[in-house]
Amino acid sequence: MHVPDGFLDAPTSVATGVAAAAVVGVALRGARRELDDKTAPLTGLVAAFVFAVQMLNFPVGAGTSGHLLGGALAAVLVGPWTAILCMTVVLAVQALFFADGGVTALGTNVTLMGIVTVVVGWVVYRQLLRLLPNRPSSVAVAAFVAALLSVPASALAFVGLYAVGGTAPVPLSALAAAMLGWHVLIGLGEAAITAVTVGSVMAVRPDLVYGARGYLAAKSLVIRSTSTEASS
Amino acid sequence: MTETHPKPRMRTKAFVVTGVVVALILAGVVSALASASPDGLNRVAEDLGFASAERKSATADSPLADYSTKGVDHEFLSGGLAGVTGVLVVLAVGSGLGYTLRRRSRKGS
Repeated sequence: MHVPDGFLDAPTSVATGVAAAAVVGVALRGARRELDDKTAPLTGLVAAFVFAVQMLNFPVGAGTSGHLLGGALAAVLVGPWTAILCMTVVLAVQALFFADGGVTALGTNVTLMGIVTVVVGWVVYRQLLRLLPNRPSSVAVAAFVAALLSVPASALAFVGLYAVGGTAPVPLSALAAAMLGWHVLIGLGEAAITAVTVGSVMAVRPDLVYGARGYLAAKSLVIRSTSTEASS
Repeated sequence: MTETHPKPRMRTKAFVVTGVVVALILAGVVSALASASPDGLNRVAEDLGFASAERKSATADSPLADYSTKGVDHEFLSGGLAGVTGVLVVLAVGSGLGYTLRRRSRKGS
């Protein structure tokens, strides 16, 4: 969903740039609370992984593709503030080195793909985790739904920005319907990739999943009996 | 919380290295299989007639623009090299940020 230069007018691009910069500034402070010796090495890994998977466009219907945005995934893995920073790094490198997403649209893209997806993904994830049964598989299930909803939310945010500062006249209801339609489909891909990735990390190192903290505390206190002795 | 986990199945260093290798393979090799169709936003822009509003990015002539490496004619190598470079740049910037913020939080506490 990388917005190129020219879709939104200059005032809107400046406004999203200022807003994105302000949120990234807050995230720089917030991430300090999330990052400890264990999670600090994951910041670069999560950003690099999101960058790599964003290259993998999957088909979602006639002549249309989509790719992972990754905000919900990053939020579950490293926490929401750090996730905003990871996404900002990815989007900045894409705009500055790969001409993917406009340079004047960088603030817009950070807002849409780096902030909206993270906030929506994280809020949905936390709420769902409260409702789901307390077991490790719930983490991937909640991440699936969070990722699924984060993509159409981001698409709707684009429609909102376009309503304010779109450069070409387009009926907004048609824009909203088209954006939602495609991005619900892309959201399904986002959800699948997010659930598989979170599930894989939960399988090998559940303690590294920020969104599973506290969740695993009870599980790790289970006393393991040495049943091997009895079986011999 | 590591100490409450009796046996981590994988050391953190091995985990990070594995993850980076996976990212490099995805960006360097698997990316060649990615769909070349327009993404959701570009498709909508075409259908609703605002695709022409797009202006060329200021970085459109950079050496890695559009995920191909300037000067490398072989399509697979050109795309793979761009992907690998991108992963390494993002990894470096992201890791630097993570370690910088962590250190500051420790000093402050």
